[in-house]
Order: sequence, then C-alpha cells, then structure tokens
Amino acid sequence: MSKKNLIIIGGGPAGLAAAKSAYDAGERDILILEREDKLGGILNQCIHNGFGLHTFKEELTGPEYASRYIDQVKERGIEYKLGTTVLSIDKNKRVTCANEKDGLQIYEAKAIILACGCRERPRGAINIAGCRAAGIFSAGTAQKLINIDGYMPGKEVVILGSGDIGLIMARRMTFQGAKVKAVVELMPYSSGLNRNIVQCLNDFDIPLMFSHTVVEIKGKGRVSSVVIAQVDAKLNPIKGTEQEIKCDTLLLSVGLLPENELSKMADVNLSPVTGGAVVDDDMMTQTDGIFACGNVLHVHDLVDFVSEESEWAGKRAAAYIKGEKASGESVAIEAKDGVRYVVPQFVHREGEGNLKLKMRVGNVFKNVRLCVVCDGGEVYSKKCMIVTPGEMETITLNEKQTRALKNSKQAVVCLKAVEK
Amino acid sequence: MSDIIIIGAGVIGCSIARELSRYDAKVTVLEKANDVACGTSKANSGVVHGGFDAKPGTLKAKFNVAGNAMFDKLSKELDFPFRRNGAYVLCFDDDKWDGLKKLYDQGMENGVLDVKVVTGDEVRQREPYVSKEVKGALWCPSSGIVSPYEMTIAYAENAADNGVKFVFEKKVASVAQNGRKLRVVCEDGDCYDADVVVNCAGLYSDELNNSLCEKKYKIVPRKGEYMLLDKTAGYLTGTTLFQLPTAMGKGILVVPSVHGNILLGPTAVDIEDKDCKDTTYDGLAEAFEKACITVPSLTKKQVITQFTGLRAHADAGDFVIGWAEDKPMYNLVGIESPGLTAAPAIAVHAAKEISSRLSLKENPSFNPVRKGIPCFATMTEKERAEIIKKNPLYGRIVCRCEVVTEGEIVDSINRPVGAKDLDGVKRRTRAGMGRCQSGFCSERVMEIIARERGIDMTEVTKSGKGSEIIVGRVE
Amino acid sequence: MREMICICCPMGCRLMVDDSDLADVKVSGNTCPRGAKYGKEEVVCPKRMVTSVVRVEGGDVAMLSVKTKDAIEKSKIFDALDALKGVSVNAPVKIGDVVVKDVLGTGVDFIATKNVSAR
Repeated sequence: MSKKNLIIIGGGPAGLAAAKSAYDAGERDILILEREDKLGGILNQCIHNGFGLHTFKEELTGPEYASRYIDQVKERGIEYKLGTTVLSIDKNKRVTCANEKDGLQIYEAKAIILACGCRERPRGAINIAGCRAAGIFSAGTAQKLINIDGYMPGKEVVILGSGDIGLIMARRMTFQGAKVKAVVELMPYSSGLNRNIVQCLNDFDIPLMFSHTVVEIKGKGRVSSVVIAQVDAKLNPIKGTEQEIKCDTLLLSVGLLPENELSKMADVNLSPVTGGAVVDDDMMTQTDGIFACGNVLHVHDLVDFVSEESEWAGKRAAAYIKGEKASGESVAIEAKDGVRYVVPQFVHREGEGNLKLKMRVGNVFKNVRLCVVCDGGEVYSKKCMIVTPGEMETITLNEKQTRALKNSKQAVVCLKAVEK
Repeated sequence: MSDIIIIGAGVIGCSIARELSRYDAKVTVLEKANDVACGTSKANSGVVHGGFDAKPGTLKAKFNVAGNAMFDKLSKELDFPFRRNGAYVLCFDDDKWDGLKKLYDQGMENGVLDVKVVTGDEVRQREPYVSKEVKGALWCPSSGIVSPYEMTIAYAENAADNGVKFVFEKKVASVAQNGRKLRVVCEDGDCYDADVVVNCAGLYSDELNNSLCEKKYKIVPRKGEYMLLDKTAGYLTGTTLFQLPTAMGKGILVVPSVHGNILLGPTAVDIEDKDCKDTTYDGLAEAFEKACITVPSLTKKQVITQFTGLRAHADAGDFVIGWAEDKPMYNLVGIESPGLTAAPAIAVHAAKEISSRLSLKENPSFNPVRKGIPCFATMTEKERAEIIKKNPLYGRIVCRCEVVTEGEIVDSINRPVGAKDLDGVKRRTRAGMGRCQSGFCSERVMEIIARERGIDMTEVTKSGKGSEIIVGRVE
Repeated sequence: MREMICICCPMGCRLMVDDSDLADVKVSGNTCPRGAKYGKEEVVCPKRMVTSVVRVEGGDVAMLSVKTKDAIEKSKIFDALDALKGVSVNAPVKIGDVVVKDVLGTGVDFIATKNVSAR
C-alpha cells in the first residue's frame, strides 16, 4: 500500500488538464493512471481538426490538442502510469490498479479525480432486430481501427445516428475509399454540429435521413444489407415505409454514456439524467474527496470545455487536499422548462467569485431566453436565437449574481419565451 | 482400435466425447462450425431443469432427473459455472391452480421430490420484484443455472485432454455403409471410416439419420428469441421464473445467468431455416412484453444484447436415443429442452451402450478433472497479485466491462480446443460480453488472436469463415 | 442559385446564394452578416482542411496522422488524398514535420499531427 495525495483516473483531456492545474495550484504528489499505452485518451484517434478554438485560439487536430496538454504534464514532471487499469476504488479513496510491470498496486489517496471519460452505446442497447453478423461497429471502434491501426472496417457503409462521431466517420470512410450510402437519424434533428453536417455529409453528397431508423440488419457471416424505416412522432417505425440498403457495414453513433462503473464502487451518487456524478461547484461528488470532470461527469460537445472544467476540478482538488474545502450548507440548482440538466447540481453557500453553469436542453428551441431564477426572481437571462440538444450551453454568473444564487432558497435554470 | 466418429460438437457431442474418452478407442469429433457450442448449445436459457415439466415415462423425464443430479459433482470436476438457484412456475389466475397441481403431481411421479406449491406472497418474499398478480407458484429448489457454452467447452477440453480429436469446419454430407464400417462423407470430399458413428448433429440430426437409415425423422427448428440485461439488473431476480407452460414449451422466462445478468425469453416459433439466427422486431417485443408480466418493473434501458436460438424439435415429441435399427449409428435426435440438463446422463448412457457394443476396455490414463481458465474478475486481491507475478499478461486488462485480462485471452486461444475468433474468445473469457458489447476491446482481442495464431488481422473473424471483421488496409 | 446551410452558428440558416455573377454574389436567408460572408466564400472559393493518416515505419504506433498545413480548395480534396497513397515515413516523427511537400502545387504541405517515437 502506497500513499498519494491526488490520484487522477484517466489520462485523456480531462485527466491531463486536471493534473496540470492541480500542480499549478501547488500540489506535487499527483499520479495519473491511464489504461491505454499512451496519454491523450480518445483525442489520439480524433485526427480531424476543429479542436482548441476556445483554449488555444487556433484550430488543431485531436492529437495536436492532446500533445499540448501532454507536454504541459511532462514539463511539470507529473507522474503517470500507462497500461494501468483501475480495478476498484472505494469511498475511503483506496485505489486498486494493475499493470504488467508493477502487478497489483494499492494506493491510499487524499483525493481522487474521476476523469475516465465515456463509452458508446452499443447495438444491443437500441434493440435493432436481425442478424449478429460481423460488420456492425460503433463509430468510435471504426475510428480507432482506421486512424490508429490502419485497417478498413468496411466498403459500403450505412451510419445510424448523426452525432458528431457518426458524421466525422462518414467523411473519414469516404476519404479512405468507402461508399457511405446514408446517415440515418431517429430524431427530426441532428445532435451533431452544422459544420459537420455540411463538411462531412453535404460536401460528399451523403444523404442524411431524419426521422428514420434501422429496423433490421441482414446477413450471414457479414452484414449484407440493412432495412431502414421512417418513424412516427413516438419514434416507432411506420409499417410500409421500409427500404433495404445494400451494405457490408453498419456504424452506430447513437449516443455516449459516462463510464461510472468505478464511481458506483465508491458509492458516488449519480444523476439519472447525465449518467454522471452529482457534483457541487468544486466539482466534488457527494462522496467526500472524490471529484469528477470531463465526459465521465457529463458528455461534452467540445474538448475545450472539458479542459476548462477539468482545470477547475484539479484546482479545487488541490485546495481540498490543503484542507481548504467548502463546507456547510449548499443550494440545489434545478433544471426546468426545457433545460434537461445543469452541472453543478449543488452550490455551496459560502465562497465568492464567478460561477459557471453548464447545461443541455431537451429539444430544439428558437428565440428563447436562458434564465437563472432565484426565489422567483430572475437573476440572469441570456437571449438565444437557437438552442439544441447537441450543444452544451454555458452561462457564467458574475460575483453579484453568484451571491444571489448562493443566498437563495430555490434556484432554477429554465428557458423562457422572448416577449415580443 | 475401434474408430468412433461423433458428428456435432454441441453439448451432446462433447459430453459423449468426454464419456467415451473413459474407454480405449479412437474418438474423433467432426464439427461444421469452427468451434464447439456454435448451435443450440450457445443460445438457450441455461436452465438446469428440476424435471417436473417432462411427461412421466418419457426419455425426457428420465434423463432430466438423472442429469440434474449429476451437476454438482460434474461442475466441480470440469470447472464450469453452475448454481442451484431454484425455480418458480408462476400462476397468475386463480382458475389455473390445476395447472400447478398437475406439474406437482408430474414432479412426484418423475421423482422430483422437492417441489411444493407456495403462495404468491411467499414468492414475493424471496423475489420482491415478481408481479403482484402472481397468485401462487410451484417451487423447485433443485432447479439450477449453468453457462451452457462454458459447460460444453469444459466437456470438449476434458475430452481432448483424454485423447479425443476434434476436427472443425468439417461439414458432413452423408453417412453410408462401407463393408462392416460406416463411411462418413464430408462436403469437402474428405471421408472417415468408423466402427460407430454417433449422430449428435442437433438440428441436422434428422438429415444425417435419414441419409443412412430406413426409419426417418423430422426436426423442426423451433426459434426462440432472447434479450440479455446488464448485470446492474441482476437484482430483479435470483430465482428462475417460469410462467405456467403452454403447448409450445415452457413459456417466457426471466432467469438470472451464472454471471449475474438477466435473460428474458425465449419465444417459440416453428420455422424452416435451420441456419436462421436472426432476431425479429416482433419476437423481441413479445419476449419483452411477456417477461414484463412476470417482472413488471423491467425496462428496455437495461438490455445489452439480443439473440436467437433454435431448438431441435422432433415431431415425435420425445428424445430419440439409441442405435439406428441394425446400423452402427447411435442416434441422438430431437434433444431439445431439457436436453442441456439431460446431457450428462445421456452421455453416460450413450457411452455405456457404445462401449458395450464395441467391447471397449477402460482407458487407464483417463483424467476426469479439467481446470478452467483462471478468472481474474472473480479473484481476491491476493490472488490477483500472485497471478500477475506469475504471468504479467494478467496485469493487462483488455475487456474493461467484464475485467478480462490478456492472460486469460491468450490462454483461451492456446488451450486444447482453443478459441479461434472473437466469439470463441468471448464464450471462453467473457471479453466483449459486457455492457459495451466489445466496443472497446474487440480491436485489442483481434490483435491478440492474430498474434497468437500467427494470422493477419484481415483474417480474424467474428464467428468463422465469412465473418471477417476487417476488409483491408488503409492505403 | 445554390442552397446551403450556414455553419457559423447552431442556427444553421438555409442560405440561398445567387452565384450567377461571381463578382457580385448575392446571399439571402441569412440572419446575420456572418452568413452572407460564409455564403459568398462557399461559392467563390470553398476551402477545406484535409486530415488523414499515413503508415509509419519503426514507430511505437502503426499510423501517423497528418493534415494540410492550410486549407486547400475543396475540389482538390481527393487529389490531395491520392498524394498520400503509399506514403510511409520513418519514426521518429514530430508534430509539424512535413510529410508531403507542396501538395498538387498548391504550396500547401501535409504535415504530421502526432509525435511518434521510434520503437
């Protein structure tokens, strides 16, 4: 058993940013545990550009963005272990992990930051009938096969789901000579960025079919076709609208789920809406000394926001280790009227400064105001021409607004119509 | 030395192979797939039935009860997961008590003496998520659950350890008399001569018999669709939950797996295509809706995968076990439920009959014990530390959902009757069987398979020829 | 006349772009000035960054990710990708290293976007 002040689980964008900022806040006894053989997490396979506009004011590819943070971690001499899987954590912050070289290792930490990311929803979770042939991949698996290993998972492709990974993979497979026959989206709108719809689909005349889904996968051995159908308002397939598309590959981009298997072991309270931990304004979960940030907390749209959130978590974890932890009462922030969730879910009454709230809406709304209402009074309001479920919204309350929220009995984040 | 050819490497073929390896004979198993347990044996409920359901006097009743009793010793000997979790047959209507009573009487007649009728409240006391509509149930504590493919693999490995030869991707076309021997002709032109042929061809056992024998059989594939729930749904029941049976079978079950998942199904539809492994929109909907009658709080959110199994239903209704007329072919036809439960008893019986016909001597070096792959996921911290020290590959976790290490995967490929592809590794180690359904680990497992088998990544398959995963290299 | 979706913000305005006279492109359907600018650029000279991978020899990974240093004309995407076919580089590689110089005479290089150490 060894002791460590801060253990960060995950060496992707969240873990790297948290480590760097914890170090900069004065913490020196840090260990990053990463299960892959490289730091950088999912960014290593996201070779497309578009990362870093907020953080570095330039457009980087995923590996470039990752390398900026990897360099910062290495410059600071922060310790990390690769190929190391955390097997368990508990609420006393005992961390058990294993790798080939060191065998089974047990650490006792003063604080833990969960930065273990998310995973893709598999085929089974969406109940598509049909065969169990080869040729069905989650979009991220296909991305790894092509960009990391250099193998092509298919030649004729249908993609279910128009999230950004699905869109990016439509272009990526087209670049490598595959024919992407259609992107099929269950909802009447895409959860991906317009930019990706234009530059990954429209540029190559790949059809995007809204309110459609895959109802059957056919093939022995390897996928030979999929049957798609239109869905009704309740998202049930409409009989008679089926059409069969010949293909050898079905890619699934049907959502990401925060990976909280470890959190559960430590009795971390999870939100049924985000799938991640319930946290306070220090990014601390309701298990003392266990923090969470990045996609393990809630699925982000841009890595820039992951970095920002994680730097805050790292800083607060360092403060916690020093004994500067927020205590006492807190106020719950409720998401209402079109807002699906808000992170953090709790804010401590004590403390000063600005407060960042991150949220997602449940549908596409146009001409609305995003409001923070405390004890019935509007404390903050922002006009939005459009809000969509695919984009995370962030609002920053200034000191005065933050104080009003901290003092309130009831705080709500909601959408309101713009009065004409 | 006598030549015995077993056709089919399902649980029946593999268990008979193992029981025959107790004797001095040359035993060869021919299998059309590239692995054992690729048909009905991999896709069923995994229930070790009590034996109250089979009609008294039938072979099903006899071998069910005898087989059930063998599982405790057998599962230890062959190191496969088995647990006596008990089963309820649920009665939802006050006017259906007769049905329960009939099952009870059948149980008594078959020698299942531990069954008893209990009230709905007693059921809910043990299993609180069972529907409030349940009025009463038959309780059978000797009912169990087993991993059917792991049991088959264990049998096969032990058989191989004791000298049985397995030949895969060897589809048999016909069997013909060749002098005093039988000649097994394969689709690729290969021929095998045998003193005895054991017909364990499952869904195809009718065709195999019919190619040689006067008396004809007909197997109807009876399709059953299942849904598998995440381990986090495991709290829903620890007991096997049947509904009162219908003419088509035992109805829709809600049953825990030995690994802690929950299985819903199967539906029962007679079809034509013996190769059909497809699930259907309507079939899955039926499995789910009917399972909700038993456990109303089920949600589709907990589903991680779906699959189809085909039962080899013989038109006669009962198992056909024994010599085919005057031919040296030993038939095992129509081994549907409770075939998995019956398999250990059937195998002992068949091996005895075959050995006595051929006057086989005992195999003095027979070793009944098989050790499975050490399972990292269920080890204590001390055991984990020790095994990584012994074999560092146990320190590399490949499948994060099921906590499967590279050490286990390498072992699964290199042991006798080893895994050849992703599904083979999955059935032996559980890599890819968890909630992400191999999204993260498939690529790593493919690399390990390619490395250990000395093949190219483009040759790695999901489940045999034609199921290659990669179509080429990035240029 | 061309129809396109504006990518400047999540609004995704449906732009109608009159490209009959490239010297005087008229954009309608936009809600803000950024939309007009985008619509014009898209018909006059649409440009894209191109990202892909090439094989790397002797490295600790099999593939090296690359990008065009600047955006190139959209019509040249596939020709640019063809220029990567069969290209392989030797480890070690540093971010920014030139992989293919002056792609198709555009003056734009394909450069490495990943650090790869020698094995």
